[in-house]
Amino acid sequence: MPSIKATYERLSTSQKFMRRFALVIKLIVAVIMVIFAIFPVLWIFSASLDPTSQLGSQSLIPRNAGLVNFQKLLNDPLMPFWRWIWNSVKISGITTILSVSITTMAAYAFSRLRFAGRINILKAIMLIQVFPSLLALVAIYLMVQQTGKIVPWLGLETHAGLIMVYLGGSMGINIWLMKGFLDTIPRAIDEAAMIDGATNWQTFTRLLLPLLRPILVVVGILAFIGTYGDFVLARILLSKAENYTLMVGLALFTDNQFAQNWGQFSAGALIGALPVVIVYLLLQDQIAGGLTVGAVKE
Amino acid sequence: MKIISNANLQVKIKSRESPLSRLMRWLFIFIFDLFSGWFIYQAFQSGYSQLAGVVAAVFILVNIVLIFSQAYPYRWMVIGLSFMILFAIYPMLFTIYVAFTNYGDGHLLSKDQALEEIQKDTYLPNTGKAYQWTAYKSPDNVYVLWLVDADGNTYIAKVGTALLPTKPGDPGVGQADSNGIPEAIEGFTRLNPILAASDKNLPQIKFGQEGQTVQVRSPSEAAELKPRYAYDANANTLTDQENGDVFYDVNGTYTSRTSGKQIVPGYQAVVGFKNFVDFFQSPALRGPLVQILSWNFIFPILSVASTFSLGLAMALLFNDKDFPLKKVFRTLLLVPYTIPAVITILIWRGMMNPDLGIINHITKSLFNFSPPWTSEPIWAQAAILLVNLWLGYPYFMLITSGALQSISTELYEAAKIDGANSWQTFRNITLPLLLVAVGPLLIASYIYNFNNFGLIYLFINGGPPISGATTQAGHTDILISYVYKLAFASSGRGVQYGLASAISIVVFFIVAALTLLQFRFTNMWEEVSKNA
Repeated sequence: MPSIKATYERLSTSQKFMRRFALVIKLIVAVIMVIFAIFPVLWIFSASLDPTSQLGSQSLIPRNAGLVNFQKLLNDPLMPFWRWIWNSVKISGITTILSVSITTMAAYAFSRLRFAGRINILKAIMLIQVFPSLLALVAIYLMVQQTGKIVPWLGLETHAGLIMVYLGGSMGINIWLMKGFLDTIPRAIDEAAMIDGATNWQTFTRLLLPLLRPILVVVGILAFIGTYGDFVLARILLSKAENYTLMVGLALFTDNQFAQNWGQFSAGALIGALPVVIVYLLLQDQIAGGLTVGAVKE
Repeated sequence: MKIISNANLQVKIKSRESPLSRLMRWLFIFIFDLFSGWFIYQAFQSGYSQLAGVVAAVFILVNIVLIFSQAYPYRWMVIGLSFMILFAIYPMLFTIYVAFTNYGDGHLLSKDQALEEIQKDTYLPNTGKAYQWTAYKSPDNVYVLWLVDADGNTYIAKVGTALLPTKPGDPGVGQADSNGIPEAIEGFTRLNPILAASDKNLPQIKFGQEGQTVQVRSPSEAAELKPRYAYDANANTLTDQENGDVFYDVNGTYTSRTSGKQIVPGYQAVVGFKNFVDFFQSPALRGPLVQILSWNFIFPILSVASTFSLGLAMALLFNDKDFPLKKVFRTLLLVPYTIPAVITILIWRGMMNPDLGIINHITKSLFNFSPPWTSEPIWAQAAILLVNLWLGYPYFMLITSGALQSISTELYEAAKIDGANSWQTFRNITLPLLLVAVGPLLIASYIYNFNNFGLIYLFINGGPPISGATTQAGHTDILISYVYKLAFASSGRGVQYGLASAISIVVFFIVAALTLLQFRFTNMWEEVSKNA
């Protein structure tokens, strides 16, 4: 009859074996998942270097790899790629700066000032979010069209008009986020400043903004990426090739000459996606934090 | 945290406005009022009364907030509120309004504009003022008529210019022959009567200008066209002068009660619930609609279920502290989340091209089968779900790994002592606690996918088409992509803003109901009240 000790040892070695075995299985699963996750990225990376440039004839490791596709993409007279990038950066940049400013100032009022209708406005902002702007496409289109007949630089085909429409969403869910962050900053700080004679504006700009800087960066980057990736509104309001944003340009470009110009498309997709991917991966912890605020209590 | 109200501090601050900032404030009010006042006036002049109205609302708001010091706190948000009114609230109200109108192709004009258009319509009367005509033709096939009316007056009739009283022998006109008709007109040669009578183009041409148009009626006669419709302002009817048919105003479309014919264009009018009734009852719409609606509910369920399951599986996988290279794996698995969705959807579209794509090359070499992603409904739906799984699982991986951390380890220890195996632990502890934590996000994800226009539109544009549908509807279309097609891309049937807006409102009610459900899960309302 085996001793208790021997049984225990046998059990623990078998447990150790089981643990190892499980880990190997987990590793295999993880590797398969990684292949699933990054295969499309590798595939367009290889396509962008493949000089044959055709969807059908591509192989994972391209023969005669080179930068032909990038050269073609950047010099194609039919496709003002630089222009699209510039349009996207310009529109997203202006929208981000304005909308983060609007959001932060409003959030300051909601967090620090007391006034009639404060709660109701906050609730109204939440309710309006329920009606996705996508559903009001028709109305937005007609509105911008009509505005453009009176003020041409705010109408269809103009970036100013598009930015205005984007700003309509700046009083959105971000106000709640920003107010939440402001609420976590002790009010004793600004009360002390006010007693020393600072105005609200001075307290906001000199005291609170520096404290908010890290979160402003994250909110700003998320706003930038969100606008940068928008397709629908830009697609509806802009219809001339030279006015397109990068997303509209890439999408419509593929519509026409998809299979033939696969290499060029891949090059464009890489240039368009790479900066965003890098920023995301560098800031993944902060972004994950921002996503879970309010929902997951830690 | 107990917070002392600083309301009394504000009172002091109000009186502290410096002269400079006061000057800036009034300067801003002045410039703003000048520009927006001008805009409101112009909008009214152009007939955009709704637009004028909403800008006027913003005008009033901005002035009140900037002039009265009691409204000081609102100054911090007045720009945001203005944009919200203009580009979030107004489009909402406008959508509701349009849903009750017939706005769309054929009904784009106001009533006055439409009547003006209709009254340009003409017909060739069988009787009435007639001319004898002679035709001339230039080498590049331009026609000119020489007209003689009953009183013997003679004219040259060209397309697009008024009839020109002319006599034979005038400059550019040849001498008269024995019948008093010029032999030639400069640049044109005379057609002999038999040739002219058999010319098929000639009777189609409208000579002269709007207001006095002449058309060839028979080999011997040309006649002046008359307005086809006579408008009776009292009865609000149009009468066809040719056959006496009376057209009555039915919801902005003049329709004949006898023949059922409709006059184009109609005008923009309020039609009540017609769009909604059409939406639910019209046989042409109903067929695709049942299909679209059911897919619209199924697609987000399957999407949320698949992305959540895979995301959770990955989170559990990496919850193990001993996992080697955990950080590297996690970062690589996040990649799909970081690429702008527009780009990845297009990449997948290329990879899943049935003839040329890599996925089909692989399946062909492995199973000798090439899935018809774009032509077979079930494969198209599967493709969309697969792409959305790839796009969506990293989000849930991020969320659930955060939530997993927050589950107390004591619970697991207690379960271990009670002898629960790992499946039981997961089933009875991890999953229920997780679902409580991420429940609202599951609903949010459902709502997001309910309106996931970008995926459906960019990947496959709603295709493959549903056969027998009169509108452009496809097997993977969801309501919002269908709305888009109706409003912006419906070639053939024309754009239908009214119907598209009505569907938008139906979608809104569905989404609103789901959101209420989500609010029940979250304590967002309580959080606002708590901090009041």
